[in-house]
Amino acid sequence: MATTPRMHLPAGPKITPKLGSDGWIMRGFIALIAVYLIIALAFPLYAMLSKAFSTYQFDLSQFEFQVSDESGQFITESISAQSLNEKTSAYSEVDLSAGSGGRLSVTAFFPDFSFRSPVNYKIRGADSSAVFLVGSERHRGPEWLELDSNTFRRVVLIPNSATGLGNFSRYFETPALVRSIKNSLLISTISTLITVTLAFGFAYALSRSCMRFKGVFKLIAMAPILVPSLLPGIALVYLFGNQGMLKGLMMGESIYGPYGIVAGSVFFTFPHAMLIITTALAISDARLYEASVSLGASRWKTFWTVTIPGARYGLISAAFVVFNLVITDFGLPKVIGGQFNMLAVDIYKQVIGQQNFEMGAVVSVVLLIPAMLAFTIDRVVQRKQVALLSSRSVVYQPKANSGFDWICFGYCSVIAFFIIGILAVCQFAALIKFWPYDLSLSLKNYAFDLMDGGGWRAYQNSIRMALLTAFFGTIIVFIGAYMVEKTQGFKTGRSLFQFLAMLPMAIPGMVLGLAYIFFFNNPSNPLNVLYGTMSILVLCTVTHFYTVSHLTAVTALKQMDNEFESVSSSLKKPFYKLFFRVSVPVCLPSILDISIYLFVNAMTTVSAVVFLYSSGTALASVAVLNMDDAGDVAPAAAMGMMIFYTNVVARVVHLLLSKGLLKRTQVWRQR
Amino acid sequence: MIKSLLKTIPISITMGLVSLSAAQATDLTVYTAVEAEDLARYAEEFNKSHPDININWVRDSTGIITAKLLAEKDNPQADVIWGLAATSLLLMKSEDMLEPYAPKGVEELDPKFVDKSDPPAWTGMDAWVASVCYNTVEAEKAGLTPPTSWKDLTKPEYEGHVIMPNPNSSGTGFLDVSGWLQMFGEEDGWAYMDALHVNIARYTHSGSKPCKLAAAGEIPIGVSFAFRGAKSKADGAPLEIIVPSEGVGWDMEATAIVAGTAELEAAKTLVDWTVTKEASEMYNTGYAVVAYPGVAKPVEHFPPNLEEKMIDNDFEFAANNRAAILKEWQSRYDGKSEAK
Repeated sequence: MATTPRMHLPAGPKITPKLGSDGWIMRGFIALIAVYLIIALAFPLYAMLSKAFSTYQFDLSQFEFQVSDESGQFITESISAQSLNEKTSAYSEVDLSAGSGGRLSVTAFFPDFSFRSPVNYKIRGADSSAVFLVGSERHRGPEWLELDSNTFRRVVLIPNSATGLGNFSRYFETPALVRSIKNSLLISTISTLITVTLAFGFAYALSRSCMRFKGVFKLIAMAPILVPSLLPGIALVYLFGNQGMLKGLMMGESIYGPYGIVAGSVFFTFPHAMLIITTALAISDARLYEASVSLGASRWKTFWTVTIPGARYGLISAAFVVFNLVITDFGLPKVIGGQFNMLAVDIYKQVIGQQNFEMGAVVSVVLLIPAMLAFTIDRVVQRKQVALLSSRSVVYQPKANSGFDWICFGYCSVIAFFIIGILAVCQFAALIKFWPYDLSLSLKNYAFDLMDGGGWRAYQNSIRMALLTAFFGTIIVFIGAYMVEKTQGFKTGRSLFQFLAMLPMAIPGMVLGLAYIFFFNNPSNPLNVLYGTMSILVLCTVTHFYTVSHLTAVTALKQMDNEFESVSSSLKKPFYKLFFRVSVPVCLPSILDISIYLFVNAMTTVSAVVFLYSSGTALASVAVLNMDDAGDVAPAAAMGMMIFYTNVVARVVHLLLSKGLLKRTQVWRQR
Repeated sequence: MIKSLLKTIPISITMGLVSLSAAQATDLTVYTAVEAEDLARYAEEFNKSHPDININWVRDSTGIITAKLLAEKDNPQADVIWGLAATSLLLMKSEDMLEPYAPKGVEELDPKFVDKSDPPAWTGMDAWVASVCYNTVEAEKAGLTPPTSWKDLTKPEYEGHVIMPNPNSSGTGFLDVSGWLQMFGEEDGWAYMDALHVNIARYTHSGSKPCKLAAAGEIPIGVSFAFRGAKSKADGAPLEIIVPSEGVGWDMEATAIVAGTAELEAAKTLVDWTVTKEASEMYNTGYAVVAYPGVAKPVEHFPPNLEEKMIDNDFEFAANNRAAILKEWQSRYDGKSEAK
């Protein structure tokens, strides 16, 4: 038999490059930031999930009764509530599962009960875990308690905690709650269609025409990012409410409800969609257009065969981003939703209105599903969008066409007018003394200290929180992205980290905030001290906006050739020297982008922090919500505009800072 | 270092004369739902006689403070609750969260303001009474006649002109609902709400909003509470505060010591003071009905017959049936009136 000697050789040891101390340190950093993400994200989510499964159940076998005859003598055997219920079927299975505030009246077990009868009753629990109330007085334990019939009617049982699916079945048996699923999906779909269509037109005009003032239009279109999502809701009330300036346009329909939510949603999601689609349109290949023209295709045909297919990934991505923003948003439907219930508002109502934390957790789980789904589809689609632009592509340059350019200009002007109009209405409303009865101008609505919501201190807190978030968030995000991008080997660890870093995008803010209560407010958690402090707000906000920041950093780092690392390590330079001397300066534009992104979002976020602020750490964005809630609508508009101006200032500072820094650090880019 | 940077300084509204005795002063964390603008005054009045106790207020709306206290059940942060709805306190009492204590002089109070247990778990301060805010200007435009009773509000002429708070998120909304159920009986109570629901334009999340909306002319009729209406009227709104003839539901702001407090003595001192005559006189600035008999002076813009119209409220009924009532209410009305 002829065999090659190679086949007899034993398999050699797998060759793994030896890890230097740098390698270990970098892995240490990855581990450190992964631990951060686990504590700030994974553990709270787990706590929330387990809360959704923690039920309250009336355990009838735990209670026993004895009934006397008319003369007050107890002659009959004691009987458990369970067998009484079997006999009378007073309560069904559903009645017996409850929230923590559930109370079960016992007189229903006795069909011939009358509070006037001379019959006496005795009640006891099987052990000390069985608790019942007489009026508001607690009793527990196996001691018999004798009561006359008039007192006995005041007896109610208290449920025991258990684990199970009871909350979910109660949820799906409550039509008012289930309807919100349909409402949320409907509103999100309609808003997505409208926003993406409008934003596509805008982006098309920006990238395919030679109209004037493109820069100005782009700036205006970005403005909605700088305000909390509930501000357009307030503006819509002033425009189309019962005392609205343009009420006639509603033709008798109410703005409170689906119309208002859709209109406001389009406003606040517009810039997100516009940005994504503009990017998608920018990378199209001019050669395709040349081919189309030389084949004699009409403009219309070119649009459908070249432009749309080229931008399809951008469109899909924009659609999912908008869908997710609308379905998870809470501020807007709270302000203008009227009786139209949405999932995110349900969470708030369950937790704040009814103190039913378990049901809040259940709604959170329900809300997680569409959000996660949209996120997953978006990621899958994104993955396909590589190599659309090859090295031979030619960037498309629009040619002047005065008719088309004027149409584009007109379209963009209309959109810009609406955006500015909404903001102007808010500013106007904030300055009116008492709409609609006293239209004189006054600064009375800025006396925030006299209203609910936390006053001017809330505004200061917001700025502090935004600065802290921008500072610590940028450091954490950038180091995490750097380590995960530039570490050699360690594949499992890195992909686990990537997963953790992408997760926050899929978690609605309400859900994150609620999860934080469950995790951090647990007395046995050593991190409990953070509860109610500024740090938990910063922690939550950084985590909430982690993904986009992380992606920005990763994109910037990917542009840097890995040869920098190879050269550095062959020169025996420690990694941190490379990090501070090369990586950070090169990526400075992105680092600044991350910090302004975090700052602006920290100023406007409501959903995640609405459960977490304490009286000392009230925030401006939450104050807008609470002032509107209390009926102080004009002051709410005033505070919302304060947030807007602050963000504008931050943007300007960011611009100047980048310009100055870029001059010093990015000279190498010019050849 | 980072940690100390991150940690926030607990913000305390330190009142009055504590600068010198700061070293010996006891800090009390007091949870409250009293209106923000009244808090400073309350602490100041208390510190006049007790400069050695320093109050750190934690203020929020009734729902949020209740949620907060319940969430912190196993790890209470508050020492005292001063100014929270009695229905909320009853719920906490049934969860064993309150320290029973009979404040000195509690026997002077109107008995309906004191918890029935001995020693009482909580004591009332003032009553917070349902009322209807009626915008005369907007009502005239819409051609409405002023309603005089709850039953009037179900008349067809008011369709789409009434706003009330959602009892699921508002304490005021709940006291209306529990009031109707007690006044009209369970069956007629729900029948009444069925009829009223037809006329309701929408339900708000907060209890003061209906009155503020009425004040702003956004709606002619807002079911709210008298205190809010009087304030809006004082601000110049064209409001009339109507006390329906059948009687009005009410809740009270009440005080209790949180079980497990480390500052029991100081907490008792504070609660002792909250039942004094001076305290009731202080509450009287905003509330027409207070716990200490005979001190209440009429409050400007408050309807004069308010106190006699207050129903004989069964707080136990309200607290123990709260979950069931809210569930029923939700299944009947919540989300039903979607816009077409």
